[in-house]
Amino acid sequence: MGRLTEVAALGSGARAARWAGSPPTLLLLSPTSPGCAATMASSDEDGTNGGASEAGEDREAPGKRRRLGLLATAWLTFYNIAMTAGWLVLAIAMVRFYMEKGTHRGLYKSVQKTLKFFQTFALLEIVHCLIGIVPTSVLVTGVQVSSRIFMVWLITHSIKPIQNEESVVLFLVAWTVTEITRYSFYTFSLLDHLPYFIKWARYNFFIILYPVGVAGELLTIYAALPYVKKTGMFSIRLPNKYNVSFDYYYFLLITMASYIPLFPQLYFHMLRQRRKVLHGEVIVEKDD
Amino acid sequence: MKHYEVEILDAKTREKLCFLDKVEPHATIAEIKNLFTKPHPQWYPARQSLRLDPKGKSLKDEDILQKLPVGTTATLYFRDLGAQISWVTVFLTEYAGPLFIYLLFYFRVPFIYGHKYDFTSSRHTVVHLACICHSFHYVKRLLETLFVHRFSHGTMPLRNIFKNCTYYWGFAAWMAYYINHPLYTPPTYGAQQVKLALAIFVICQLGNFSIHMALRDLRPAGSKTRKIPYPTKNPFTWLFLLVSCPNYTYEVGSWIGFAIMTQCLPVALFSLVGFTQMTIWAKGKHRSYLKEFRDYPPLRMPIIPFLL
Repeated sequence: MGRLTEVAALGSGARAARWAGSPPTLLLLSPTSPGCAATMASSDEDGTNGGASEAGEDREAPGKRRRLGLLATAWLTFYNIAMTAGWLVLAIAMVRFYMEKGTHRGLYKSVQKTLKFFQTFALLEIVHCLIGIVPTSVLVTGVQVSSRIFMVWLITHSIKPIQNEESVVLFLVAWTVTEITRYSFYTFSLLDHLPYFIKWARYNFFIILYPVGVAGELLTIYAALPYVKKTGMFSIRLPNKYNVSFDYYYFLLITMASYIPLFPQLYFHMLRQRRKVLHGEVIVEKDD
Repeated sequence: MKHYEVEILDAKTREKLCFLDKVEPHATIAEIKNLFTKPHPQWYPARQSLRLDPKGKSLKDEDILQKLPVGTTATLYFRDLGAQISWVTVFLTEYAGPLFIYLLFYFRVPFIYGHKYDFTSSRHTVVHLACICHSFHYVKRLLETLFVHRFSHGTMPLRNIFKNCTYYWGFAAWMAYYINHPLYTPPTYGAQQVKLALAIFVICQLGNFSIHMALRDLRPAGSKTRKIPYPTKNPFTWLFLLVSCPNYTYEVGSWIGFAIMTQCLPVALFSLVGFTQMTIWAKGKHRSYLKEFRDYPPLRMPIIPFLL
């Protein structure tokens, strides 16, 4: 589902909050057992997890930090530098295009290869969580990255008529600024030298970028609807030998609707993280 | 006999919630919970979590005050687990739903398919067979909940019933819609495929039931003891030699059988999701066994022999 701009900040926000309070080289490794809050029917006959799903935490208690291996640190540093550079290249390409052509028409087409490359590369972040070198829940990162992949590949790439919509530029700008901030934040954190400005940017830019990105994404999906309905793309009808049907048009409608409960949650999560990290507020969470 | 004093503080705010004096040294946590309920009736024992450390693990109901690492004035920390609902209630509700919902689609109740199909019957044998299998499965689950299972926990958080029912009822409706659809396409390999699938299904249902019975016999009524399960004379239980949770293995097998029988993608997806969840549970259970029992059989894997 088309996700929100600073959504990557969600898991990373929590990550970052942790880093902000502690020396960046000491990274929390995620426990091997996934948070059972992430699963649906969380009942088990013999209840090893018990009924008490207070164990929704996917981060270890502060006493269990371990040093990240040299290889992992080196890889993550390289990865974050590369991603910062990639999104910078994208930003520059977009600015140059607009300066030369004076219009947004054709902008997507000119940057699409770079966009697709770096956004798709971000799938690695799921692996980072899986192998534990990044202390965020696999599910959260998975959802975030998937939503970006969805927007890029299943909307803008696949539905050519909407590529010149203004809304595309809207979310591209929001994503670009967000990602440059986010990846440079991680880079500096890993290098143990985080300028306050980057931390400030990471926890303030989202206030505008989040809604802007959401608006861009929603408007783009909305613009795509008539084409999807007309062409019946990505859809399967009955009868067929796998006895399943899928209507991409309704899927997109549901996706758009899902922003309503999800966006506020993510936004307020980031706001809370911001208060904690920047203002040192101690916030007693509901389900701590 | 020295009496203990117990003060109970809120784990988050450290506020003093209750002070109990003259507590018997051999009092259990369960009894303390009952005493705590008196001044705070909204916090019935099932929703109390008492612990020695605000961020520590919950104490068990059977723990005895004297045996805990506390002085004669014990400080316990309280955490509200939220509204609770009994496991039996949750299980009955989440299983009764699919049973009933599937039948709505099977009988083609109005407003699901086109009006010309209302209350009509499928001409495919496999559709009738699928209904029998699906219904049998959930009736079995309901009966097991009532007569077979011995739960180590009485309650779970109330919000679980909404989550769980959405999952079970949602998937049941989704599957049932396609299997009972007027445009349903029977399996590609016809009767052969259905027969094989039925065999898998029946064997796995028997297997699953055998394991449930074996686990029940492991634990006397009313107790919460945990023992290593071992194979019995029943051949279906011999899977215990290779896995810690053969009940889950058989359950996945049943649904794979059902998926092959109906050749319906939503069923396959349901099997996959269920398999993922059960693997998580099996791994947790396996780890608990390893932690609790030094002599746990090393050959066993959590859910899939040799593999997972």
